[in-house]
Amino acid sequence: MSSSLEKRWKAIIVDDEELARHVIREFLQSHAEIEIAAECANGMEAVKAVAEHGPNLIFLDVQMPKLTGFDVLELIGTDVPVIFVTAYDQYAMRAFDVHAVDYLLKPIGKDRFDAAVERAKTRLGEKMPAAADLAAAARPPQQFLERLVVKDGTKVTLIPVGKLDYAEAQDDYVALATQGKKHLKQQTIAGLEASLDPANFVRIHRSYIVNLERVVRIEPYAKDSRIAILSDGARLPVSKSGYARLKALIDERK
Amino acid sequence: MNLNTALRNQHRIYRVAALPVAAVLAFVLQTPGGLTWQEAVLIGFALAAAGELISLPAWYSCRIAPIDRAPLWRLLATHVVAAQLLSLLWVGLGKLIAHAVSFFPSMHGVEARFSERIAIVYGAGCVFYLLAVSFQYVSLAQETSHELEARAMQTGIQARDAELKALKAQINPHFLFNSLNSISALTSIDPSRARDMCVLLGDFLRLTLGLGEKTVVHFSEELDLLQKYLAIEKVRFGARLEMREEIQEESKSCLLPPLLLQPLVENAVKHGIAGLPEGGHVRLSAERQNGRLAIVVENSWDPDAPPRRSGGMGLKNVQQRLEARYGKDASLRVNTEGELFQVSLSLPAESEEKA
Repeated sequence: MSSSLEKRWKAIIVDDEELARHVIREFLQSHAEIEIAAECANGMEAVKAVAEHGPNLIFLDVQMPKLTGFDVLELIGTDVPVIFVTAYDQYAMRAFDVHAVDYLLKPIGKDRFDAAVERAKTRLGEKMPAAADLAAAARPPQQFLERLVVKDGTKVTLIPVGKLDYAEAQDDYVALATQGKKHLKQQTIAGLEASLDPANFVRIHRSYIVNLERVVRIEPYAKDSRIAILSDGARLPVSKSGYARLKALIDERK
Repeated sequence: MNLNTALRNQHRIYRVAALPVAAVLAFVLQTPGGLTWQEAVLIGFALAAAGELISLPAWYSCRIAPIDRAPLWRLLATHVVAAQLLSLLWVGLGKLIAHAVSFFPSMHGVEARFSERIAIVYGAGCVFYLLAVSFQYVSLAQETSHELEARAMQTGIQARDAELKALKAQINPHFLFNSLNSISALTSIDPSRARDMCVLLGDFLRLTLGLGEKTVVHFSEELDLLQKYLAIEKVRFGARLEMREEIQEESKSCLLPPLLLQPLVENAVKHGIAGLPEGGHVRLSAERQNGRLAIVVENSWDPDAPPRRSGGMGLKNVQQRLEARYGKDASLRVNTEGELFQVSLSLPAESEEKA
């Protein structure tokens, strides 16, 4: 038979539970054209496996230790069709519906699984929605990011938001300054601003968001502009409107 | 407070107050040019004894003119009119007594001398009545605040009951769906394990529903439920979940509110084990000693994991339930040392005989 030659699809299964991976593996047996390139038990492995195998399809569990499914998506980019798998998460499900991302609910039914795979095949080449948007939509209302995930090559860094000193816009990226180091992350500064708690982070300039805890003092610089000095000595420009926001926040805290 | 006990209390207070009132009246009556000491004491005591007639109506008048709601004019009108009427009554009574005692030869003419003192007796009646009124208002206010306190406590208890009901009704959907997915996987790998898992899940659900209906259960029953729960999660997490148990035999007969420990063990798995790629352990220990039951639920966890989405609702709920049942007699302590998350409960060791 030629079916074994037709394995032109590479899939990766990501789930921290062996039995959950088994279900997907078993269901894929009837899809002769799909080859399972790797099975990953956590997000870190997944990021590595994606770089290594360049899959055409990823089955991605949402609730996993360390890195969630959304974190993984953020790190691997959005070129590969992803089918999310989740047991029950009302916010995640709503986010998937809003962004028309395919997802499977545990326990997974075979018919539903087959339909998702067929749809993924026809969608090859279509871009997924931006991971950050998806993750933001999946957060319960009134909750902000607790940590940021950044990838340097294959190295993944997790930055708790409390350790973020400031963020600086650099073209399509933001540079995240934390403990004397800077990490580049592909995201707009406006997108980052929206996902940070406005009680702690303030946009002081078109290109800068600062962690209020780090601000030591503010000095006048020129007409209508000031400079914020952080506890580690960093000096950031503060625009006129940025100063108004900063002042309002400080007054609120008093 | 009902009318009878109110009156009884009034009566008691009045008996205590009667002596000084009598003394004051006697002193006022015997002032130079007035009654003799003997007459003054006799009439003073008689009037003081009858004084309850003045103070008792105050109980009623204060209730028809509540100080916090009635308009000022009504307060004044009610009490001024009542004071006049009662003082008149008192004076009349005094005259009657004076008339009666004037038949004693030694007290001849006391009626006339008493008449000269009428204004003072009248005034004393008014003062007496006003004192009774102020006393009434104070005790009324106290009563109201007691009532409010009792009502607040009642609502607190009801709210907690409702919360408990909701807690009981809520079997974590995540747990259920993941377990069903595990069963689904096992049906082709190992059908007999799939069946075992179905039985475990069935037992767990039955126990949860059954325990939820009771107000108190043996620790052994709760333990049974926890073991079923962990056995199910063990199927899901495999080698990632290690269970440790240190249960003292004597602790099993202790009584405690149902499903008190279940949320703690569920948290241990959900926020502890599930967050660790390599897994860890859940340790359950229970010991009965010196009339106390000490329970510890401990699990490995990732201290760097983002805070819980639920914001520790489970823990808070357990704490509230402990408080509702044992007050200050029970405690819940959370200890997060390095990579261990430990919840220690200490509660009075109640058993069947005592309960």
